[in-house]
Parts: sequence; structure tokens; C-alpha cells
Amino acid sequence: MYMMLSVILFIIGAVGVMARRNTIILFMCIELMLNAVNLLLVAFSRLHEDSSGQVFVFFIMAVAAAEVAVGLAILSMIYRNVKNIDTDHLGNLKN
Amino acid sequence: MLGYTITQWLFGILAFMAIMFGLMVVFSRNPVNSVLYLVLTFFCIAGHYLLLNAQFLAVVHIAVYAGAIMVLFLFVIMLMNLNQDSEPQRTMISKVIAGVIGGLLLLVVVGALRGSEQLAITRYGHSEIGLVRNLGRVLFDEYLFPFEIVSVLLLAALVGAIMIGKKEDRPLAESNQE
Repeated sequence: MYMMLSVILFIIGAVGVMARRNTIILFMCIELMLNAVNLLLVAFSRLHEDSSGQVFVFFIMAVAAAEVAVGLAILSMIYRNVKNIDTDHLGNLKN
Repeated sequence: MLGYTITQWLFGILAFMAIMFGLMVVFSRNPVNSVLYLVLTFFCIAGHYLLLNAQFLAVVHIAVYAGAIMVLFLFVIMLMNLNQDSEPQRTMISKVIAGVIGGLLLLVVVGALRGSEQLAITRYGHSEIGLVRNLGRVLFDEYLFPFEIVSVLLLAALVGAIMIGKKEDRPLAESNQE
């Protein structure tokens, strides 16, 4: 059951990454995918009565926080220069 | 109640709400609405953590995601003035392609997972692996080195975010104005 729920949440995130153009919403869909994986890790940690899965979830949370901080900083810098954060406008990194 | 235990009812309701709110994140036009639906999704996932006897993780999840990360998202959206439907939409064909790819991925993964080891949600019971005492023991015994590495990672991300986010130096700004 939890496996199916995690897969469905992950695929919602993946479809969001493919279907949307706003970069912030892309970031949010990545968060959704990370959380689907977290849920699966916790479910397996419960299944095997092993705390290691929950420790991995801590690490994933830390990495996600770092990713969001750096990503949003990059995004706000891009917005300051280009005034636009649609993925179609960000094709060329060289200004 | 129809042969289901209360845990199964809770699981079903929480799973339905998580999936619905997840869909609303993708489909709502306004980015602010997306953020708020994502917060609701995170609350549903925290409820799942509680059902799985991971109490401490549920609290940390709400504090970190709903409390910190989503506030950061909201802050950036407000800063960029994106709180209206200003996003130019993708064409219909690419949305359809994205949906088809997602459906095929779902089909493949479900087919691959069928018959694998499943966590029966009736098998709940008392479990202490989610308590702070046991988690801390595992974290600081077996995973002490990764824990330290994570602290370095967070420091690097902090410094990097500040370096990227601060106002750029004069030459770059001048080259942008040209």
C-alpha cells in the first residue's frame, strides 16, 4: 500500500516537472518526489523494524534543505538579471 | 465499519488527501496556491509518518518542510511578484505527452513492484524505532561520520547561498546593462 502511494506521489512530481514551466513549481515538484522517497524509506524502516531508514530520511531532509537554499538563491539571482523564470527563457546560460 | 479497522480508514483518507493535494500542486495556476497545497500534502505525509510510528520524524518533517522550506518558497514568490497567473502555459500537446509519460512510468513501476514484499497496514502495533532515544542512538553510533558530513554540507550551502544571492560586483552588473 505504501509502495503504491509513494509511486503515485513520485509520478505526480515527475509529471509536474515535465508539464509546468515555472521554475519555482519545478522545485516544488522535486520536493514532492523527495518526499515520496522519504515516505517509502519510513515504510520500509517500519517493515523491517530498523531505524536506519529513518536516519536516511534525516539526511535526505538536510540535503533537500541545502538544495532549496542554493536553488532559490540562484533563481532570485537569475530573476534579478533576466526578470523571468520560465524554463523556455533560461535556455542559454551565457547571457 | 465495512470490515476495515480504524487504521485502514486513516490510511485511506490520508492517502487520498495526499494524492489530491499533490495533483492540485501540479494543476493550480497560481504559484501561491501551489505552495499552500504542497504544505497540505506535507501535513498528510506527516500523518502517514505518525501512522508508521515515526513520531519524531513527523514533527521534524512539519518543522522543516512546512515551517522552513515552504516559507522560503513563499517568500521568493512574493519577492518576485509571481502571485498572479502570469505563467505562459505550455502547449496542449506537451502536457499530453507529459501525462502519457507519467502514465507509462506508473504502469512500469507498478508492474515491476507487483508481488514484491508489501507492508500490510493491518500489521501495525507497538513499535519503538521512531522514538528519539532509539533514533539518536543509531544516528550517533552508526551514522556519526555522515552526520558530520551533513553539517559541512549545510555550512557549504549556507555560504554558497549567501555568495550567490548577494548583489553582484560592478563589472557583471555593467555588462548586463549593455
